[in-house]
Amino acid sequence: MLSFTKIKVLFIYLILVTTIFFASLNLKNNNLIDKKVNLGLDLQGGSYILLEIDTKPLISQKLQSKVIPLKKLLNINKINFKEFIISSENISLTIDQEKQKKFKNIFFKQQENVVNNFIPEYNKFELDLEFNQNKAIINFSNFGIVSLNNAALKQSIEIIRRRIDDVGTKEPTILQRGDKRILVELPGIDNPERIKELLGKTAQLTFRLVSKDDGFGSEKLILSENNEELTVNKRVVISGDNLIDAQPQFDNQSNQPMVRFTLDRLGAQKFGRITTENVGRRLAIVLDNSVISAPQIREAITGGTGTISGGFSFQESTDLALLLRSGALPAPINIVEERTVGPDLGKDSIDAGIFSLIVGFILVIIFMLIKYKIFGLVSNFSLIANLFMMLGILTILEATLTLPGIAGIILTVGMAVDSNVLIYERIKEELRTEKSIIHAFDTGYNKAKITVIDANVTTLIAAVILFVFGSGPVKGFAVTLGIGIVTTLFSAYFIARHLTSVIVLNDKNGKYFKL
Amino acid sequence: MNNKINFSKFFKAANIFSFISVIVSILFLFFKGLNYGVDFKGGTLLEIRIDNKNIQIQDIRASLNIPELGDVNVKQFGEEGDFLIKFEKNANENKKFITDLKNSISKKISSAVNFRRVETVGPKVSSELLKQGITAIVLALGAMLFYIWIRFEWQFSLGAIVALIHDVVITLGIFSILSFEVNLSIVAAVLTIVGYSMNDTVVIFDRIRENLLKYSKLKTNEITDVSVNETLSRTIITSLTTLLALFSIFFLGGEILKGFSFAMILGVIIGTYSSIYVASPVLNYFNVTQKTLSKDDDL
Repeated sequence: MLSFTKIKVLFIYLILVTTIFFASLNLKNNNLIDKKVNLGLDLQGGSYILLEIDTKPLISQKLQSKVIPLKKLLNINKINFKEFIISSENISLTIDQEKQKKFKNIFFKQQENVVNNFIPEYNKFELDLEFNQNKAIINFSNFGIVSLNNAALKQSIEIIRRRIDDVGTKEPTILQRGDKRILVELPGIDNPERIKELLGKTAQLTFRLVSKDDGFGSEKLILSENNEELTVNKRVVISGDNLIDAQPQFDNQSNQPMVRFTLDRLGAQKFGRITTENVGRRLAIVLDNSVISAPQIREAITGGTGTISGGFSFQESTDLALLLRSGALPAPINIVEERTVGPDLGKDSIDAGIFSLIVGFILVIIFMLIKYKIFGLVSNFSLIANLFMMLGILTILEATLTLPGIAGIILTVGMAVDSNVLIYERIKEELRTEKSIIHAFDTGYNKAKITVIDANVTTLIAAVILFVFGSGPVKGFAVTLGIGIVTTLFSAYFIARHLTSVIVLNDKNGKYFKL
Repeated sequence: MNNKINFSKFFKAANIFSFISVIVSILFLFFKGLNYGVDFKGGTLLEIRIDNKNIQIQDIRASLNIPELGDVNVKQFGEEGDFLIKFEKNANENKKFITDLKNSISKKISSAVNFRRVETVGPKVSSELLKQGITAIVLALGAMLFYIWIRFEWQFSLGAIVALIHDVVITLGIFSILSFEVNLSIVAAVLTIVGYSMNDTVVIFDRIRENLLKYSKLKTNEITDVSVNETLSRTIITSLTTLLALFSIFFLGGEILKGFSFAMILGVIIGTYSSIYVASPVLNYFNVTQKTLSKDDDL
């Protein structure tokens, strides 16, 4: 165990030097190799926001959209139905039993099915059909819900990305988490409130006429400017989908902030026609079920552009323009988890973490030096090498260092000497019975090997499980703990062993060392 | 070092002590429960720093007298002027909530308030995190059990797992007794304790296995005694260096790592104790001898 070939020695120190090189990249900006350990949000400050889309309204909305094609389909095929009822979860209708089979065949037709989409990736239909005597119940199949959720989630991520990019935060991370959630990480942001507000808005914009009578087909909405209750037509003149641009502006006369919008060709035509036909009536501009403003149509607007003013502050008009530009979210989004750390706390955490690392390190080094003298020195050298290698590997992986991650490094410092202690204690035992010092060291290393591996594998298991189940900062802890185990094994079994062998082979009589 | 301590003489007393400790811990966990942080209970946590050092904890409490917040808990956190505020409500329903609260607090105590940390976790996420944490710990225990079982014999595996459960239960029991907050980092600490304690146990078990093959005439308790003695200096030194590092985090690593390092310190002490006084006696109870070792185990 004490003999090393030259190649092996070269290799060992090559690895050490390489990792030290990578570790040193963190000291200054290097354009050649742009690798660095990333600081976690808890250290550099920033926000971690977990969003969840609420797909319930989406389902009922989609179900609603099936009503007309479904009725058409039934009529074309001369299937009589009664008691057509739509709820938020299903559609139910009564069909004579002899027609049920026919309906089923049409309902589950793979080609050109306008009602029930076939989803090729799952080889399943979007909707399920169930009969209960005369009653037919139609609801979304699990696969339909999944594909609906997926589409909505993908679209939401796109829109959220646009909104965040528009605000201009640096290096945001936007990721899908599971089938309903979106993770947003915003490093270095000190006031997440504005972004949170922007993320949470569905921003469903509609232009609808204000009607005089509150019959069927209209609803009561509140005008947010003055809390006036308006009766607004349910029919949408144009929606945010027709918008191609929106910019904040100041009104020439009143100097009030407002939003100027531009419509696409189709939207412009429709808008022109409606405003021509309804001069004198009020047009409600509705954002997420609240009326921003309801101006009177003074003349036909055919140019495809218009303005929205609603007593905004400049910030509000900027945000509204941003929301309109980025488009509406397909479903409402809620923040289910948020963690924000201010930059000064992050700085304090780094300082405290590094300070405690240095102190812990020095304490361990002194202890080992007193306990094992020259071999303490060897073990300390390998401990320092261990630290650099950890940092080097973290850099190569461009891993994220978190506060618990720093704790993991400190803990590794404490536990790393274990391998050397195990080996040295073993050698001491061997020295009691063994005459030849070299032989004692040899068997000491050999016999301790299995124990060292067993002992480290158990900690590695814990680290892997933590990595899989941990979130955020805790994951950072698992990463440093896991890397620490690998570097510890390397430094104890290659670096420290090599140094030990150099000492022992040059001092065969044991003049200079005593364990 | 030729320290011959007759460990097995204390096994019985130690086991009774351990047994009582575990029972007390379970009773506390069952009746008093753990003081879950927002990670597992849901709600909002704010860490604030106030420039005006004359502001007292009761001033802040008074400024938070808002019924909709639910149960509010305020405490000093580290330096003077730093406070930790926890309440049941989470900020999800009202997106402007934190801004409003910020303004309300600074107005009421008439001093600038720096929000250093905001954590808010919804009820669904917190219950998921709790489930995840428990799964992780159970899985870790299972994985350790499996590892020892393939590396050693089932008696060893049982001894190790009894020791691990002992460590986890007592550590959590102490957290329950002291009402210390349990959050995600405590779960990380518990898992690390599992790894550490296992590490310690494995070192002794390795030696026991080796000695079983070496001395065929000795009785089981003599073998465990010899083995524990032989590995004792290593056990002490490693525990000491690890504790040195942990105390350094505890005292200097800042408030956020306090709970984590405290759990780890407890765990290292309990884990070291359990490898000697819990894991090893199990082998005695099963009368593990050379014959117990299967053939493929001779190394």
